[in-house]
Amino acid sequence: MDAETDSRAAAGRAAVGRPLSHDSAHLHVSGTAAYTDDLPEPRGLLHLAVGMSTEAHARVRNIDLGDVLAAPGVVDVCVAADIPGVNNCGPIVADEAILAPGEVSYVGQAMFVVAADTVEAARKAARLAKVDYERLDAILDPLTAVEKESFVLPSETINRGEPQRALADSPHRVQRRLELGGQDQFYLEGQIAMVVPQEDSGLLVYSSTQHPDEVQHLVAHATARSAKDVVCVCRRMGGAFGGKESQAATIACIAAVMCVKTGRACKLRLDRDDDMIMTGKRHDFVIDYDVGFDDAGRILAVDFMFASRCGISADLSGPVNDRTMFHCDNAYYLENVHILSHRCKTNTVSNTAFRGFGGPQGMYAIEYAIDDIARFLKKDPLEVRRRNFYGIGERDVTQYGQKIEDNIIHDIVDRLEADSDYQDRRRELREFNATSPVLKRGIALTPVKFGISFTATHLNQAGALVHVYKDGTVHLNHGGTEMGQGLFIKVAQVVADELQIDIGRIRINAADTSKVPNASATAASSGSDMNGKAAQIAAAKIRGRLTEFAARHFAVAESAVEFHAGRVTAGEVTLSFEELVQLAWFDRVSLSATGFYKTPKIHYERESFSGRPFFYYAYGAAVSEVVVDTLTGEHRILRVDIVHDCGDSLNPAMDLGQIEGGFIQGAGWLTTEELWWNEAGELKTHAPSTYKIPTCSDLPPDFRVQMLQNSANREDTIYRSKAVGEPPLMLGISVFHAIRDAIASDARPLPDLQAPATPEAVMRALGDETP
Amino acid sequence: MELFNVQGQLTAMSRARIDDNTVRFVLDGETIELRDVAPTRTVLQFLREDLYRTGTKEGCAEGDCGACTVVIAEIDRADDGLALRAVNACIQFLPTLDGKELITVESLTGPGGNLHPVQQAMVDCHGSQCGFCTPGFVMSLFALYKTNPEPTRVEIDDALAGNLCRCTGYRPIIAAARSMYDLGAEADDWMRQPVNGPADTGPRVERLRSLSRDKDLELHNGSGHFYAPSSSGALAALLAKNPDATILAGGTDVGLWVTKQHRELKTIIYTGRVAELSDIEVTSRYIEIGSAVTLTDAMHTIVRRYPGLDEVFRRFASPPIRNAGTLGGNIANGSPIGDSMPALIAADTSLILRSADGAREVALDDFYHDYQVNDLRPGEFIEVIRIPLPGKNTILRSHKLSKRFDQDISAVCTAYRLELDGDRVQSFRMACGGLAATVMRARRCEAAITAACWNEETVENAARALAEDFTPITDMRASANYRLRGAQNLLRRFYLETRGDIAETVYSYGR
Repeated sequence: MDAETDSRAAAGRAAVGRPLSHDSAHLHVSGTAAYTDDLPEPRGLLHLAVGMSTEAHARVRNIDLGDVLAAPGVVDVCVAADIPGVNNCGPIVADEAILAPGEVSYVGQAMFVVAADTVEAARKAARLAKVDYERLDAILDPLTAVEKESFVLPSETINRGEPQRALADSPHRVQRRLELGGQDQFYLEGQIAMVVPQEDSGLLVYSSTQHPDEVQHLVAHATARSAKDVVCVCRRMGGAFGGKESQAATIACIAAVMCVKTGRACKLRLDRDDDMIMTGKRHDFVIDYDVGFDDAGRILAVDFMFASRCGISADLSGPVNDRTMFHCDNAYYLENVHILSHRCKTNTVSNTAFRGFGGPQGMYAIEYAIDDIARFLKKDPLEVRRRNFYGIGERDVTQYGQKIEDNIIHDIVDRLEADSDYQDRRRELREFNATSPVLKRGIALTPVKFGISFTATHLNQAGALVHVYKDGTVHLNHGGTEMGQGLFIKVAQVVADELQIDIGRIRINAADTSKVPNASATAASSGSDMNGKAAQIAAAKIRGRLTEFAARHFAVAESAVEFHAGRVTAGEVTLSFEELVQLAWFDRVSLSATGFYKTPKIHYERESFSGRPFFYYAYGAAVSEVVVDTLTGEHRILRVDIVHDCGDSLNPAMDLGQIEGGFIQGAGWLTTEELWWNEAGELKTHAPSTYKIPTCSDLPPDFRVQMLQNSANREDTIYRSKAVGEPPLMLGISVFHAIRDAIASDARPLPDLQAPATPEAVMRALGDETP
Repeated sequence: MELFNVQGQLTAMSRARIDDNTVRFVLDGETIELRDVAPTRTVLQFLREDLYRTGTKEGCAEGDCGACTVVIAEIDRADDGLALRAVNACIQFLPTLDGKELITVESLTGPGGNLHPVQQAMVDCHGSQCGFCTPGFVMSLFALYKTNPEPTRVEIDDALAGNLCRCTGYRPIIAAARSMYDLGAEADDWMRQPVNGPADTGPRVERLRSLSRDKDLELHNGSGHFYAPSSSGALAALLAKNPDATILAGGTDVGLWVTKQHRELKTIIYTGRVAELSDIEVTSRYIEIGSAVTLTDAMHTIVRRYPGLDEVFRRFASPPIRNAGTLGGNIANGSPIGDSMPALIAADTSLILRSADGAREVALDDFYHDYQVNDLRPGEFIEVIRIPLPGKNTILRSHKLSKRFDQDISAVCTAYRLELDGDRVQSFRMACGGLAATVMRARRCEAAITAACWNEETVENAARALAEDFTPITDMRASANYRLRGAQNLLRRFYLETRGDIAETVYSYGR
């Protein structure tokens, strides 16, 4: 046992802080981890397929499902009129139909559902509908929507200082329009739900969802039931990334409606192409900025216009776009700033949550502006970044009025600059570029400051349920869902240490609305912060009762009762945890408890965009180096150095996985992952053959990730850890700017590189003239 | 073994009478015999829906994500040993397993849940997060474990190019690929030994040999017919009788007709057992590749003679696709963005086409008439692909442009064959994919170069001529402008490469 393990054990932290394996790792590798489609199928199960709109906007004059019903294996069909309850699956605003009622508003919108004996029969039949459309005008892009004032929600503004006057007075200004692409979540397990009828109108829903509570409620509404009649269960998802926060409910509602109509269990598993066409993605944006700055590169004023493609309904676009407004400062103090945010309604699938939730787009904008300033002034972008960082004790209030009390970005960047050898490498690659005619290298360092909490204050609550059985083993539930991030093992580590038992005694159970009610989505990176605290509170209650019992039973003071490493000492007596539990049960002590947690300190006025929406911030920074082929626009990442802040990590192995995976996903967003719609509003990149997420060879050959050490969260989070789900994604912005750095030269001081930086986009930035 | 098969009756009668209408293969040491198999039922459907072996996952049903990766073992035609290859179960039709051994993720775990070294390495390195892609990665790693004792990073990347992971960023999976060899290889267990282990493959080979059949496999079931002839003559006869039959080779495209387009294929004739189509022969003048030879094997042979094709072939699809897909299939399918044809046309490849009426030879350059229209007559099939060997001065090179290095379909793919006499161009051929309805030669561009002096001025003239050769389209892969400009710049790149002015691409740089 090394010294560190020793000291941790002495502090009663046998599990927390250790790099334990994912609780399901041994099941993942042997193919025995059960996902929703792997569950045993109930007797008489029907398989469903969705009939989708092929028009971006049309009135449906007639829909003939005769051939669909007559197809082999088909049992039933279902249209909007068959929905017994409310035809809505909009999570915040009731503006999104489960099945299109008479008018279709985007290509891929669900119009009807087929139930058949097999998946193939259902999918085949779904193509046989004869639909008579009357085509209507469609709005397909954000700028047209802005022009026509087509919005899903009112536009919002933040204004601080006197941006217009300060811009006019600035010695230098740069203006630019950015067209920033969206991103498909591309979870490997597609959307799926299986609904099993229960007695007395009950429904049991197995759903691959980040938000079982919302599935429960929307299914209840759609089927004219109440929450008590519906139970939603999710043991694990095969990835989610925000794509199963609201979108999973549509799938579950469709299956539930058919289940109610047929009285049989129904499963809807979307084919990959249908999934990518039917469900929402990261918002693509058009961004205009006008930035004024002085000779040193300090920003004097900035004016942002954000126009995001929200698609046909509000979905989560309100909070997504709010977060863009909250993160277009990233780590920089913007004294005079105007932010205008349009939430554009378009005839495309409704865009939704995706890791970062609007934050990445805001950061992308300010990082681009900073890069422009540096290139305009012929300075190292890192120097300009530093010049604009939030101060400590000064220049430390965000544009939404939150005072930043935990700023560590200076330390992180100093360390990263030194450890990555940034300056020497920057010099060396400039020498290389001077003599290399075709290949050019580039380097960039970008920071991340990301606010942690749901901006809707009421969502910052969590519950847990802990049972201790007579044999001293533990059944653990909490409101969080497992999508691969390691939430379940982290929460189990917390409970193990709270009860001072071996983690092997704890069984981690599926998220289940009948165990923990009213849980928020596992989102906003808040899963372990909130569920860890809630579970700790539940376990502490049981430990308290056991302490009280032991003191009484062994006639010692409560202060003389100690739990440590599976044993309990009460004065002179020492016994095992299970022996104490056995005695307590015999004495009729309750061994089950719930825990409830709400994040403290946060408050926020939505009307004025001011307050403290975030409990704290997570920080990080990355240096990326790339090589670009100036003949073809192809590029490759050569080396990446990251320093990231996880506070006092609950599980360094899980957190490292989030940092690395998030970084690669962010790099993918800004390089290879291109969503492409044609003029009819059809997405043509709807499968892995056409939509390219990073593969193994895209991992940089030299990849150095450090977690910031001795960096306990200043706020009282669970064991002073920090949320890590989303922030690392935005480290990928460094790759984009490294590419821009490689492209930039005297001939192209401010290259117009648009994201994603595909080889074609790089070629465009290099100059588009055909010789 | 009690199993229920919704598609037909599944039995495990290892000593039952050999029946033409029965597919037989080995799984976990048992011979599986299937009657009344629907010809287009996929291996993945069989595993998940019939056997309830749900470890193998469906991620895309088109062979692009790798969640369904399984390993197939069969007797190696070359040395009678055991050949292993990872393939995508989602588009592999079940009858093609006949006579082979199927290995799935469940096959790896030992009694009592004892993890295989590959699986243990993935656990130890934190190589899984959500875990959904993991069984596929485990199987690709298993294939690597059994075929390469000491892979480099590039070889690991290549082995995993067909597996997508959205969670980890791949670093821990690469770490697992490096450490798996150090974990618990067991002397007597073939499954648990790396490639150079001492275990005897004899019993496995014998087992497979016992499945060999005297009569060709034929399946007839309510939903269709499946024929697997073993000779070129039998294939020709079958095609003559069934001119509308679908010829199935690797199934990497035909599989998608079923899983994505839901087409009903009434009659399928599988080329994978035809002896004459499965061999590679190198004569004094040609490389002759049977049309059913896998892309993996074909490319291996071609790259040895034409090293300039190494990068483009490495970027061609992924190992599971190259292990199933065939060179003949790629050519017959004739996609305008197929990556083998530009190089083959540049190399002046010809095809031996056969039918019941005999054989004829057609230059590949003349084979394509229009989009999805080729020179094959009813009842005719590609028997052999005949590639001239390079001359002493031959430079053959192919480039491709796509959004991603690995397993991406080309926006543009170019290939050139250049023969120089000093500075003077003796001959020049250039063929391009992605610029027209078929892969096509750039005739005006060739004319600008042939017999000219190999210099910058010539290349610039040729680049201008290229713009007259093609009028490409804009789609999700690239704009017309990028396609054309990309092809022009690739020609410039080729020139600089022949001059030694640039030696590297972004993909080889620093490696």
